[in-house]
Amino acid sequence: MSEVVENEKTGALAGMAADWSSDQRAFKGVPWHKAMMWVFLLSDTFIFACFLISYMKVRITTTLPWPSSSEVFALTINGHHIPLLLIAIMTFILITSSGTMAMAVRFGYQKNKNMTGFLLIVTALLGASFVGMQAFEWTKLIVEEGIRPWGNPMGAEQFGAVFFMVTGFHGFHVSVGVIFLIITAVKVLRGSYDNETPGFMTGRKGNYEIVESMGLYWHFVDLVWVFIFAFFYLW
Amino acid sequence: MSTATTHDETSYVPPAEVGEMELYHAKTWLGKYVFSQDAKVIAIQYAFTAIAIGMVALVLSLLMRLQLGFPNAFSFITPTAYYQYVTMHGMIMVVYLLTALFLGGFGNYLIPVMVGARDMVFPFLNMLSFWIYFLAVVVLVASFFVPGGPSGAGWTLYPPQAILEGTPGTEWGIILMLISLFMFIVGFTMGGLNYVITVLQARTRGMTLMRLPLTVWGIFIATILALLAFPALLVSCIMMLLDILLGTSFFMPALVSMGEQLEYGGGSPILFQHLFWFFGHPEVYIVALPAFGIVSDLLSVHARKAIFGYRMMVWAIVAIGGLSFIVWAHHMYVSGMNPYFGFFFATTTLIIAVPTALKVYNWVLTLWRGNIHLTVPMYFAIGFIFTFVNGGLTGLFLGNVTVDLPLSDTMFVVAHFHMVMAVSPVLVVFGAIYHWYPKITGRMLHDGMGMFHFWFTFIGSYAIYYPMHYLGFLGVPRRYFSLGNTDFIPASAASLNQAISIAAIIVGITQLVFIYNLVWSLFNGKKASDNPWNATTLEWQTATTPPGHGNFGKELPKVFRWAYDYSVPGADKDFIPQNEPPRS
Repeated sequence: MSEVVENEKTGALAGMAADWSSDQRAFKGVPWHKAMMWVFLLSDTFIFACFLISYMKVRITTTLPWPSSSEVFALTINGHHIPLLLIAIMTFILITSSGTMAMAVRFGYQKNKNMTGFLLIVTALLGASFVGMQAFEWTKLIVEEGIRPWGNPMGAEQFGAVFFMVTGFHGFHVSVGVIFLIITAVKVLRGSYDNETPGFMTGRKGNYEIVESMGLYWHFVDLVWVFIFAFFYLW
Repeated sequence: MSTATTHDETSYVPPAEVGEMELYHAKTWLGKYVFSQDAKVIAIQYAFTAIAIGMVALVLSLLMRLQLGFPNAFSFITPTAYYQYVTMHGMIMVVYLLTALFLGGFGNYLIPVMVGARDMVFPFLNMLSFWIYFLAVVVLVASFFVPGGPSGAGWTLYPPQAILEGTPGTEWGIILMLISLFMFIVGFTMGGLNYVITVLQARTRGMTLMRLPLTVWGIFIATILALLAFPALLVSCIMMLLDILLGTSFFMPALVSMGEQLEYGGGSPILFQHLFWFFGHPEVYIVALPAFGIVSDLLSVHARKAIFGYRMMVWAIVAIGGLSFIVWAHHMYVSGMNPYFGFFFATTTLIIAVPTALKVYNWVLTLWRGNIHLTVPMYFAIGFIFTFVNGGLTGLFLGNVTVDLPLSDTMFVVAHFHMVMAVSPVLVVFGAIYHWYPKITGRMLHDGMGMFHFWFTFIGSYAIYYPMHYLGFLGVPRRYFSLGNTDFIPASAASLNQAISIAAIIVGITQLVFIYNLVWSLFNGKKASDNPWNATTLEWQTATTPPGHGNFGKELPKVFRWAYDYSVPGADKDFIPQNEPPRS
């Protein structure tokens, strides 16, 4: 903690230079798993960036017209044609789950076992409902509109290919996140982090800071969704 | 007390910020040696697997040379088989041998022990990393035994040809190749996160970043490159697998094959090339940067002299790492991309020569007036400077668009990248093994066999690759199964090819001496002391040789100085270990 106080005195840049030229740790006070999560997310950012750039590239190269997003992604309710309705709900749910995750991290640092566990489960449920709605959306696109990865009745076949690939890859991230949220929640609720119970496979002691690393991943998945939303549904 | 002070010496070492690392102590034989969570065991597992699969790739290259030197003399080398050899040789050597050996092998062994940590920060993840890598190798090897054999698309796997009928291995080979690469990347990422975080967050007391040996710097920056470059390959693997298995058209334009219009349409083959080389060029430096780092340490130790311009060397590694991400399209000058791109990428490519040349000058200046000990590792390190300068200079030819166009896809390219990316790093690998073998096994390697190995490999490499430049100037194309009758290639090219092939076979056989040396010395080698080369870095200061689980004894070493205190005026010995406190 003393480093933090020192940094405030000397300014952020000088503090950073001091940390990086010091021994032992470049990021003072940051646990290993949190530093690892940041580096992993940087690598994952490159994966999603490559996906999105590939999407833009094939959208430019294909010779057939690109299906209109306001037509394809619309729902018809009571005879009303409402574009982007489902996707608006999905986005709202995912952003909300980011909020509950942030609250879980805060309660985690207060070592409030029950609230942390409860909020992690709420986050997991919101994530699961997002994946569920995505499954509904995919079903609608495949069954009702006849969109396949190799072709569709509306135009460029790359539309289905990139859409299913990128949203599928993102949905996979969300699903993995939900699984780990549940695991973390179980560990919180049975007191593994209060008692520093060693992990099943790694043997490392449990710790509430793990909730924050979990949160980093979850916020990242949300952030990626914002980009996917903009590039696939609004373009 | 003399008045001479060393470069970066402090008597104060800050207190420990965190407690000791919790080590995992395996109780069973399986847990200790097979599914081990000790970075040193994982390193040896990585090295074994990488060298074993590398030997397969070496044999493949000799089979190619047999066909080129003695066309059609061996009936089992069909054109199909030849293309499969080309593909598998390239992919194995670049990814499964060099990347795995430098980062998984040397990285795992050297990083924890050089930065003064008891182990990698995530031992369990590290163990998973190796086993996923191992499975990736198994999947790759399996492609030799499936119907149609391995892919013959060339190591760059360019679509559309990589997945269209007519290319060898389109039934199964290409699918297994892509799955294997996918697994490799997943496994590597697990290890790579370990290496990065161990360097950043788990150094011992007194070990600042600017006191790290250059070996660690090289491996550290190379790992960051890998973590940012492999995603592009991962994405292209996924998209190509979808093109093959689901019939999507990411990389496939509308085309006619075997007289029939295919179902594909609208995709971009150039997109694959961009993604591939966005991975592929940093990959060159993923292999080269650890070699740069290791060779700096070898030269310094065996010349008994501080590395010249340590800070400059560190920043050159960082600069090369950064620049390597904005030069990728110099592999694509003939792909039909916009000529202005060629201008941009030629410029960045030539800029990268600046930090690289700076490193070469510093290596030479380290030798300048040093107390050079001509040990076997030193021979390999000096040999590296020669081959690297040679390969680097031809890189300037190929980096310029106008010079590249006539040389593209000729033997000149083959000669260039084998000099700079194959021979050079491999010489460093050998040097590093001769240097650290005593620490890893507790025994010295046999010097005589080592000298024999060096001279035959070094001169042999020149015998192989020098004439290849000339063949390239003649216009002899690469990747051709046979040249046939052409007006522009004189008959003498064939005899030159023969000479190259004979040299290649001799160099290939020489490697058996090296393998024999590794095994022989394990049992009969001279017992090594804890610090046979009188080196300063922490791996030589361990309590036992080889270091036990946890690397150091009861207490972690404290670091008082940088890694290069050799021949310090006024000191008792010609080296001062990093953990030796200053005399007061």
